[in-house]
Amino acid sequence: MFVARSIAADHKDLIHDVSYDFHGRRMATCSSDQSVKVWDKSENGEWHCTASWKTHSGSVWRVTWAHPEFGQVLASCSFDRTAAVWEEIVGESNDKQRGLSHWIKRTTLVDSRTSVTDVKFAPKHMGLMLTTCSADGVVRIYEAPDVMNLSQWSLQHEISCKLSCSCISWNPSSSRAHPAMFAVGSDDSNVTYGGKVQIYEYNENTRKYAKAETLMTVTDAVHDIAFAPNLGRSFHVLAIATKDVRIFKLVPMRKESTSTGPTKFEVQIVAQFDNHNSQVWRVSWNITSTLLASSGDDGCVRLWKANYMDNWKCTGILKGDGSPLTGSSVRTDNLQCLTLTGTAAAH
Amino acid sequence: MEEVDVEPAVTNIPAASSGTHLGFAWGPGDILVYETLYKCHSFITSRLEFPGTGSGDIHEVRKDEDIYSPILRKLFNESHHIFVGLQTIREDLPSKNKKPQFVSISKNYRSVIRACMEELQQVLQKWQCNMETRYVSILLAIELIWNLCEVLFIDAAPAGSLLLHLLDWVRLHKADVDEKAREVLQSESPAEHRDYWDVVGAAYVLQGRLEEARQMLVKQATLQPAARKMYKQMDTLLSKMPFYNPGGTQTLTEFDVKWRHWHEEVDRCLQDNSFASNKHLELICKILVGDEDTLLEHKDLLSTWYHFLVTRLLFCHPTVKPTELHYYAQSCLTMFLDSRSVPEPLDSILLAAFEFDIHQVIKDCSIALNNWWFVAHLTDLLDHCKLLQSHNLHFGSNLREFLLLEYASGLFTHHSLWQLAVDYFDHCPEFGRVYLELQIERVPLDTERKALKVLRICEQRQMSEQVRSICKIMAMRALRNNRLGSALSWSIRAKDAAFATLISERFLQDYCARGTFSDLDLIDNLGPAMLLSDRLTFLGKYREFHKLYGEKRFREASKLLLSLMTAKIAPRSFWMTLLTDALPLLEQKEVSHHIVRYAVYGLLLSNIKKTSKYSYLRSCNQRIFGFFSGKNNIKDVLII
Repeated sequence: MFVARSIAADHKDLIHDVSYDFHGRRMATCSSDQSVKVWDKSENGEWHCTASWKTHSGSVWRVTWAHPEFGQVLASCSFDRTAAVWEEIVGESNDKQRGLSHWIKRTTLVDSRTSVTDVKFAPKHMGLMLTTCSADGVVRIYEAPDVMNLSQWSLQHEISCKLSCSCISWNPSSSRAHPAMFAVGSDDSNVTYGGKVQIYEYNENTRKYAKAETLMTVTDAVHDIAFAPNLGRSFHVLAIATKDVRIFKLVPMRKESTSTGPTKFEVQIVAQFDNHNSQVWRVSWNITSTLLASSGDDGCVRLWKANYMDNWKCTGILKGDGSPLTGSSVRTDNLQCLTLTGTAAAH
Repeated sequence: MEEVDVEPAVTNIPAASSGTHLGFAWGPGDILVYETLYKCHSFITSRLEFPGTGSGDIHEVRKDEDIYSPILRKLFNESHHIFVGLQTIREDLPSKNKKPQFVSISKNYRSVIRACMEELQQVLQKWQCNMETRYVSILLAIELIWNLCEVLFIDAAPAGSLLLHLLDWVRLHKADVDEKAREVLQSESPAEHRDYWDVVGAAYVLQGRLEEARQMLVKQATLQPAARKMYKQMDTLLSKMPFYNPGGTQTLTEFDVKWRHWHEEVDRCLQDNSFASNKHLELICKILVGDEDTLLEHKDLLSTWYHFLVTRLLFCHPTVKPTELHYYAQSCLTMFLDSRSVPEPLDSILLAAFEFDIHQVIKDCSIALNNWWFVAHLTDLLDHCKLLQSHNLHFGSNLREFLLLEYASGLFTHHSLWQLAVDYFDHCPEFGRVYLELQIERVPLDTERKALKVLRICEQRQMSEQVRSICKIMAMRALRNNRLGSALSWSIRAKDAAFATLISERFLQDYCARGTFSDLDLIDNLGPAMLLSDRLTFLGKYREFHKLYGEKRFREASKLLLSLMTAKIAPRSFWMTLLTDALPLLEQKEVSHHIVRYAVYGLLLSNIKKTSKYSYLRSCNQRIFGFFSGKNNIKDVLII
């Protein structure tokens, strides 16, 4: 792997999140400088900043894009205890020529009493739904019933997880074989409080989310979780960033016809990696769920891949080389190349 | 078969390495990496400890992907063509009919590789660019391996033919021989050229090209008339070496006997010191008898251990059986390499092929190469030859699919090659469809044309959800940019009734505001799509009404207006507009007044504001007003 390009982000403080849009042509960055920037990728692959504005009165932790079916919509969450929804307004033609666009705030969600640690849109088949989780242990699910009017959001569900929440992940699968489901991770460091990952499932009868599973084997603080894209499997795969990287398989158990409670799962651990040798802070799947990336306290990003036998291995490491803020693109080829000559020289 | 642990490659990112973290974001075909700090969110994190430094850069990190090379693109395009052809070979033909087809397909793949390699070499010579050098050596290696796999697995030559094929294989991959020969022959006195004996000795004899060796020797013979007898003897030896003829009537055993006789004769010449006075001829004689030490002394001429292997087999054991190959291969490799040298990845792969361990070949190639092209296509071909299953691997077909999916997914991130990937997914029965569904949604819809291309692919495969989603995205984009016509046509294509209603409303609002319709072409040609939503139907019909009126077809216009008023699909906001539209109609003589009158009357009876009714009635001219006077109509109308 190599660094193809370096983009001068120009934030005035640490960047906390970078998020690609659905088609990979735009990205949003957010920072402790309280602003969000939106970047557009031109045909030749260059990134241009087309918007930059102050979004919160505290560090902005995460920024995320809604599905393009809903237009150009962003959500951000912050230490200032709020989450906000932003929509791009198609501007004057001069703006377009100058390559600028405007984003306006459609709503501020102020229900949380503590820092809002994660914000995610639910899968598109559920409509335009936004989920937040906070350090006060509450997960909130909001819905915009009229997709053309993004200033109207109603709080549909408020779920108390009892432990401080750090991350949420929706199961992206739109299969009708199972109800809507999301996982919440807690960064509460007290190991006596049991499982730090909870799975919630929607119940059609009660019209509420109920806890389906707690991963009791995860007792250390969890900093990130990610459901893998489904790919037609009958089971679910969940990656967790905790004191190591863990991948779980959740196999739904057959439901009796009379059972009205949440699905019972058989939880299997598929892989566990402690290569970071330290806290793992982020995990994320690539689009086809064939690669998992993790970032740890060791300052490295590690890439994990399963072969056709379902054995997981680390296939690459990205590591800071100790040179802060160089700004120029460096190409380092790490190619293992076949040479033609069979007569081997001494290695 | 154990997994050898290969250390993961480390890529350096220009970022501080101590005390900070690396954040990342997955993109199509790359991963963005940036410097950050993760901490419990109870604390504010900022770089207060490094004031004035702001944020670092965001780095776009990519795999060393070959898909961006324009020359390799031809390789991908043409091999795609071959791949698709291979998938359509009928399953029910008996295997003996299919083998020649598979061999031919294998040769096709190889010729594509060679063509690509030649083009690359030309580019290299012309532009001296370093980037592509590694591709040339990779392609050479790939072709070498593929060729060997074709000989051993696909063609599966039996003893006798096996050696001949291996000889061809070696000859094909040692092209410098012909170059040297040409150089020598074109010189003034070839026999005195310094490379003369190398060409005769190494090139020709070592490769079993004895006819050419003889022709070369003739030149030397004429220069040394005194040694004519010796040269004649060598010439005879060379001419008499038996070569197995697979198509002939001679059995392998008969050939073997004949060959042994010849071999003994050569040995006798050595023992008799027939060529002792000429070291060059003596050398050739030793080669002919297959003397290992002699061969090993000329490593530089052989240049590879597998050339050594084939030469040794040629002069020691030409009837070698496939199952015996690996003994010879292993020992040749060991003998050829110095004690200091370590086998390279290519060596292990070739060795695994000689051992007929297909699985190991595929695995080692997957590790050594950074592109899935080779293993995906080769494995697919071997799978068609039913060779993977015979190795008793229950994941035979899964391995093929796994590799094809990897290869095709890699193609998908490319702005034009993604279309090739579609066919690969089509031929992966288990996961192909779901992979395609997932990835085709992500193809950026830069232009309408591209969107239509993507749509066509989805429609052909009945991927209705993807069709709906893409149309919806395009409709939304058009609506945001106020291109109502485009938005409407995309909504219709998405069969999105709600959105079609919304856009129809906008059209009608536009009309109320400006008095004209935009995008008339679209609305005029809605056809059955009009039925998608009530509002859309109303829009279509209302426009039709305007058209009829404009064409002075008042009778039809009034009938249509009547149906619009009574059909209850008119939005409430539009009732006053309809009534106003009715006024001029009522003045036309041909119009059946009472029909319209009843309709107007009906509308007036409904829930329209009284004030509006007043102003409406006031705007009616005398004659029309007359319709409502009498019979207490006005009272009825005004009371409600």
